[in-house]
Amino acid sequence: MKFGVVVFPGSNCDQDCFYVVKDVLKQPVKYIWHKDTELDNFDCIILPGGFSYGDYLRTGAVARFSPVMDSIIDFANRGGIVIGICNGFQILLESGLLPGAMLRNTNLHFICKYVYIKTENIKTPFTNLCKKNQILKIPIAHNEGNYYIDDDGLKSLEKNGQIVFRYCSPDGDVNKESNPNSALANIAGIINREGNVLGMMPHPERSSEAELGSEDGFLILRSILKWLGSK
Amino acid sequence: MLKAEIYITLKKTVADPQGLTIKHALDSLGYKEVEEVRIGKLVTVKLNINDKKEAEQRLNEMCKKLLANPIIEDYSFKIEEV
Repeated sequence: MKFGVVVFPGSNCDQDCFYVVKDVLKQPVKYIWHKDTELDNFDCIILPGGFSYGDYLRTGAVARFSPVMDSIIDFANRGGIVIGICNGFQILLESGLLPGAMLRNTNLHFICKYVYIKTENIKTPFTNLCKKNQILKIPIAHNEGNYYIDDDGLKSLEKNGQIVFRYCSPDGDVNKESNPNSALANIAGIINREGNVLGMMPHPERSSEAELGSEDGFLILRSILKWLGSK
Repeated sequence: MLKAEIYITLKKTVADPQGLTIKHALDSLGYKEVEEVRIGKLVTVKLNINDKKEAEQRLNEMCKKLLANPIIEDYSFKIEEV
């Protein structure tokens, strides 16, 4: 299965994503430059973390208008698998592929640490190898991860099972103490209504090998591969 | 030529952690009268347009498309001749 990793000016997790797909997942992968407008026949596109365009104006606001984004929106609208990690999630929100917006972490700190997230929806291309409510240990590293959506939007996310991951305690309690950035309803990751676009703040590519402290993130990449293989 | 000052602020319904922190700082400096602080952005743009109506329409477009995120932010602007 062919993966593409988009590189914006200021992306800094692109090489980690590329490495994990190529050397750990052992799948073909290519970089996609943000100025490209034609996409190869990719099966999955990864929008990596980083600080695209220096986070100027709002996170993801400028990257959203990179030439490649029209092709990615088209790819997503045709059912292509897209995963946005951290800054990639922020870009998906700005582009309208996912609903809601990001605010500053309420403590105004850049938070870089392992967190626990609960997998609430396992019927997705990204979580099909997880068990229902499985707790994953995956690191976050961001300044703007405080997810926001209005009341109706939240109800709609809940109703449609679009909340895939919520921050939780090591035992799986979804509570205030385990919410690192005060994200609404402890939201750490959501999918679109159609289920082919995932945005998540935690970094699965940084937790795909035991040597790095956790392999839980690799479940997400393996799930994508399994889903693509069984299509 | 026209110059516009665009103000972008978080919607009233959206919590503003920066504003809250600055309020506490002002409070600890003794400014007990401060009831609320909200932080926003100021963007100034110069436009090669002389017609104010046309400028308003273009600025509204720019704000909706890029400068403000309507999910969390409100905007307003004032235009002057330079």
